[in-house]
Amino acid sequence: MLWIAWKMLIGNRAKYLGIVFGVAFAALLIAQQSSIFCGLMALTVSQILDVEGAGVWAMDPKVKYVDDVKPMADTHLYRVRGVAGVDWAVRLYKGIARARLEGGSYEQVILLGLDDATFIGAPLNMIEGSIDDLRSPDAVIMDVVGYRKLWPDEPFQRGRVIEMNDRRAVIVGLAKVRKTFQSFPVVYTRYSQAVRFAPPERKVLSFVLAEPAPGISPAELARRISAQTGLQALSRDDFLAKTIRYYLLNTGIPINFGITVGLGFLVGTAIAGQTFYLFIVENLRQFGALKAMGTGNGTILLMVLAQALHVGLVGLGVGVGLAALFGWATRSFSKLSFYMPWQVLLITGVAVFLIVLLASLLSIRRVFVVDPAIVFRG
Amino acid sequence: MPSSVPQSPAVQVRSVTRDFGSGDAVARALRGVDLDIPHGELLMLVGPSGCGKTTLVSIIAGTLQPSGGEVQVFGEDLVAMSPPARVRFRRTNVGFIFQSFNLLPALTAVENAAVPLIIAGWSRARALPAAAALLDRLGLGSRLTNLPSELSGGQQQRVAIARALVHEPRLLICDEPTSALDAENGRITMELISGIAVQPDRVVIVVTHDQRVYPYADRIATMEDGQIVSIEARRRGEIGAPSHHK
Repeated sequence: MLWIAWKMLIGNRAKYLGIVFGVAFAALLIAQQSSIFCGLMALTVSQILDVEGAGVWAMDPKVKYVDDVKPMADTHLYRVRGVAGVDWAVRLYKGIARARLEGGSYEQVILLGLDDATFIGAPLNMIEGSIDDLRSPDAVIMDVVGYRKLWPDEPFQRGRVIEMNDRRAVIVGLAKVRKTFQSFPVVYTRYSQAVRFAPPERKVLSFVLAEPAPGISPAELARRISAQTGLQALSRDDFLAKTIRYYLLNTGIPINFGITVGLGFLVGTAIAGQTFYLFIVENLRQFGALKAMGTGNGTILLMVLAQALHVGLVGLGVGVGLAALFGWATRSFSKLSFYMPWQVLLITGVAVFLIVLLASLLSIRRVFVVDPAIVFRG
Repeated sequence: MPSSVPQSPAVQVRSVTRDFGSGDAVARALRGVDLDIPHGELLMLVGPSGCGKTTLVSIIAGTLQPSGGEVQVFGEDLVAMSPPARVRFRRTNVGFIFQSFNLLPALTAVENAAVPLIIAGWSRARALPAAAALLDRLGLGSRLTNLPSELSGGQQQRVAIARALVHEPRLLICDEPTSALDAENGRITMELISGIAVQPDRVVIVVTHDQRVYPYADRIATMEDGQIVSIEARRRGEIGAPSHHK
């Protein structure tokens, strides 16, 4: 009987494509908007993700997210190093600096100061130059997207000079890093140099990056650091979650995207539901004939659900495929964030399942109450 | 008639009434109908539109419940049956030929003819050859894979006949089987029904307005205003309209 249901469904091409279009449109909208939302959320934590190697971040207790830097005294580094279970701990400076370009214009940049000795937190993917070039006087490394933003259509010039806080900074390399939420260029330098590029402050230490000794989990080490130093210490994963949670709770981003996703769901349900309902109503006589010939309501229900599931799966595939195609086509477009984790597929799948379930439930009652004697009416 | 065929009527209808609507708006479609149909008979139900013919065959086929009275078909009490049991009864015992064919437009001729077998739980691999063999007998061997929209009205009605007979039901209900056909196709359809469908252990009921098909009847029951007003016994092939006496 499922075979008959399938033949009935695809037999009317226009209706079939209409229903699939409705579901695919909803899936496209939900998957694409959710992926952009995830991309934006990924931007908020990009600078945590870019710092490889450190399992624990220690910071001022008032810090709410990664960009909410509250400077600490440098002595906190040694307090963290004194906690049992710390394998190593290094300083990290993070701040916003104002860079003066050759032409006299100013641009804000994200300034990251890495531990002078180890360069923990340095970018892994160098496009031009190497991390060791940071050991040169006044040396900085800039992210490649930021460089192209400041000097569009110009090739990389090693030795290009910018000024920060009236001090010259020499660009010695380009790195590929994750896009940031603020879209400012990212500038890496040594910690000792970063504090000179930054506006003068009594306290300059932003974060202490620590790695647990073998056998100790980051969460356990974070608990120990917090208990012993009074700092807020979080495992990398917890810091990611805290930052994302901050943006979710304190910005309009989730509401804006939620509205679009909700609209996609509603529009998809409306289109698919109405078209599916019309498809069922137009086929009532056929269902009536099947009932007259001895098909029970349970089988009819299975047939309608199978039809709905079929259009749901095809629509989901088309919609998610188009969303993925969109992400692929715009992957080199630096202003757009697109990240499609498996959770987006799951959410879209659940939404589509609900859409086709609603669509079939709207229609199934008509089939259930159809009198098999309908077939005797000419 | 073979000795294995029971002597009691295949269809027994006693004092059957059927009302539609309720309260002041109630319309009485059947007003105490009594009818016996023996095995092997082709009975025609005739009468003006709205006289209750379709309501009566719907009740005999088990697609409609009467408001009152008794209906026994092949010894089974349709009124007392549960709805699922009636569905099973129709699946096994009843074949339908409809005025507007009611073929599934997305299925080919052979697939349409195989539908009752698939409903009965046959696999497609078994059902399609059985349906194809019957269509071949009905002269549609070369049109098996055509969709209904690619067939003439007469050919569609032959597919409908194959669909009605493929599972070898004991009761065949034909609702205006020739009204959508021209004279020649109507004649062919009735010859197929009387030649292939009529069997000693089967009952065929034909609802019709078409006087040209009367010669194919064993008996003609005339209905008026929700009642059977006359039943005329005939020899198949006898020409003429039924006279109105019981």
